[in-house]
Amino acid sequence: MEKQPVIEMREVTKRFLDVIANNKVNLKLYPGEIVSLLGENGAGKTTLMNVLFGYYQLDGGELLIRGKKAVFTSPGDAIASGIAMIHQHFTLVPSQTVLENVMIGVEGAFFLNKAQAKKKLLAIEDQFGLQLDPDAYVWTLAIGEKQKLEILKSLYREAEILIMDEPTAVLAPTETIELFKTLKTLVSKGKSVIFISHHLQEVMEISDRVIVLRNGENVAERKVSKTTIPELASLMVGRELLERLERGSSNPGKPVMEVSGLRVKNNRGIVAVDGVSLQVREGEVVGVAGVSGNGQTELSEILFGQRFPEEGTIQIYGKSIPGGSPAKIIKTGMARIPEDRIATGLFMDLSVKENMILEKHTSEPISRNGLLNKKEIEEFALHCVKDFQVKTDGIEAPVKSLSGGNLQKVILARELVGNPKVVVACQPTRGLDVGAMEYVHQAMLNEKDRGAGVLLISDDLDEIFLLSDRIVVMYEGKIMGETDIEHANRDTIGLWMSGVAS
Amino acid sequence: MINEIFSLHFLTGLLGATLRMSTPIILATLGEIIAERSGVLNLGIEGTMLFGAAIGFLTTLSTGSLWLGVLMAALAGMLLALLMAVLAVYLGLSQHVSGLGITLFASGLSMFIYRLVVGSPTTPPTITPFTPVAIPLLSKIPLIGPSFFNQYSLTYFTWILIPVVSIFLFRTRPGLRIRTVGQNPFAADTVGVNVNLTRTLCVIAGGAFFGVAGAFLTLAQQNMFLKDVIGGRGWIAIAMTIFGNWNPVAATGGALIFGFLDAFQLRMQSLGVNLPFHVFLMIPYLVTILALIGVSGKASVPAGLLKPYRREEKGG
Repeated sequence: MEKQPVIEMREVTKRFLDVIANNKVNLKLYPGEIVSLLGENGAGKTTLMNVLFGYYQLDGGELLIRGKKAVFTSPGDAIASGIAMIHQHFTLVPSQTVLENVMIGVEGAFFLNKAQAKKKLLAIEDQFGLQLDPDAYVWTLAIGEKQKLEILKSLYREAEILIMDEPTAVLAPTETIELFKTLKTLVSKGKSVIFISHHLQEVMEISDRVIVLRNGENVAERKVSKTTIPELASLMVGRELLERLERGSSNPGKPVMEVSGLRVKNNRGIVAVDGVSLQVREGEVVGVAGVSGNGQTELSEILFGQRFPEEGTIQIYGKSIPGGSPAKIIKTGMARIPEDRIATGLFMDLSVKENMILEKHTSEPISRNGLLNKKEIEEFALHCVKDFQVKTDGIEAPVKSLSGGNLQKVILARELVGNPKVVVACQPTRGLDVGAMEYVHQAMLNEKDRGAGVLLISDDLDEIFLLSDRIVVMYEGKIMGETDIEHANRDTIGLWMSGVAS
Repeated sequence: MINEIFSLHFLTGLLGATLRMSTPIILATLGEIIAERSGVLNLGIEGTMLFGAAIGFLTTLSTGSLWLGVLMAALAGMLLALLMAVLAVYLGLSQHVSGLGITLFASGLSMFIYRLVVGSPTTPPTITPFTPVAIPLLSKIPLIGPSFFNQYSLTYFTWILIPVVSIFLFRTRPGLRIRTVGQNPFAADTVGVNVNLTRTLCVIAGGAFFGVAGAFLTLAQQNMFLKDVIGGRGWIAIAMTIFGNWNPVAATGGALIFGFLDAFQLRMQSLGVNLPFHVFLMIPYLVTILALIGVSGKASVPAGLLKPYRREEKGG
């Protein structure tokens, strides 16, 4: 395949102050192929793509589009060269229609000609088999449809090259299959795709070639037909990963947490959790699977005391816990690992030490006679940092200076250090790289082996299968199904996640 | 008294005054809607209106030309709006603080320039203000003729601007871009729309509206400049923007209600109802607060409002 590449990045270097995010990275993309860009967080994938898309200017190297040297100073330049970038977080306007979202930037004449634009959009929808109502408001669309809209937006601009930044992270398994079909159709019609993902399985399934980045440098390039998942994993991390985690045998004890009939409305007044009952026993991990947005967040918020349930009860060791009070939940000793580390898990401007004592600052020995005990705090924080291998410049460093994995370790340390009986973890590895993910997974299994009951809420089906002894699936606020891990079947779970009972 | 209220003469006067009183509110609200639709809350509105009122008045006082006064008021408004844009858009400062700062600054500046030009005479100088223009034929219709079609040119002009701004925002290319910049600046940037330039232009356009709204008070509704001539109308325009859900037509409805109450309370005062006049002065503002409570929760605030836009400088 020695055709001319549509994109060639030669020795691209990008620095942020004194940090080198990309160091002499090379990348070629040929027409009609899907290339995956693989790497841990911080490996430089997103930076490289932002350089390609004109967000960042190169500090070194060059960029060739269809063999010609190109200099992009803004996304507008990249778009004009036929490049489209589909971000992980959609760049859509919910209050506007599909058509308006497609038209923005390429509206044509001063007065909007919606009829003409609609005709063009429908023609593209037919050509690529992507059906979407042009007049629907974006806020009414499901996640998979929003992604379709992003693709349509690019095609409407006659994009030849699509950059997709972790497109499957938010999709249900069935939506992922749909997306892959679409991508295959696109490349069969001569378009090219750069696919960014952590998911080795997906990378193997969808791409022709894989380029692996580590610490901002090329480490390897493989044809998918000539590599394996373990090889890619170790290339990405730079070391051999544990062969697989040992999930201890399932031998649950008595129930530690029982919730029954929980019901709550979300901020928009729509019922988000609708009669959820479940039980977590000592020494087991119960995985709550589901496509994001089906009430998992709200469920965790009720359990964490952030949301007041309209109906239903929470019991820990048979004792009812009043809803809507974080302070009372903390007193029960529940370990709470929230979905959003930065917004709800930590105070980014406070130090490691201060974040460690957030739930203890009113009780002995951290607080004595109403005053904080400096010596105790330091000892406690140092102990936590050591036990949980938090990489930090010290306990006085603000947590915002820590990497994602280490932020999560601060939370784990704070929540797990007192040997809690119940651990509720919501999306505990979201956005973490493989190394940090492995650490969190091991921590969850350790808690279980110690005899705690663990409730794991996760969008990541691999994670659910890896850790759970029992799996429940949430769909539109209800439990769609429940199964033991021994009898769990990916296809059935995938169907439950899409709302199909079986 | 009831008889007086239902007399044709009273109603004609009331309706005419409603349109007159709501004119500066509508103008200011249109300007605020344009700015807020792009994502910038301009709390400099009250001060900018005062500055427009002062510059417009002084221009007319020294040149005798009313229209030159209007033009200078628009330019004066744009100048302060440019300052707002530099602070809030380019420097990314808090929109609340920048806006209130500009209002305070402009209040002082307006008085300063006024004193510089006219000194401190015992009676404030006056100009010959705009006079109502009767539209042939239409103004002869009973009731609505003399009330709707015997207005100041600036009022007619304002009524033309309502559909123009509405069509501009919802049916044109720049309108779509402005709305997108206000809702999701990141989305706008990824399709090649210059977010900060769009915001700057919207804020400046809004400033022109504020300036003229202020000048309406000193060149038409009254014939002199007083330091409290704006009387909180800028804040009312902020309220009307929310009340109208950032839609020019709906906001006009709100401004008319306010104008009506303002006109009504003036008449109640002059009818000699036995209550302190302060009670009447309060009515329009009280109703505005009640109306805002009524729409709270239903408002669809532009999602990008108050957030300065920066491309994220992140590694990864």
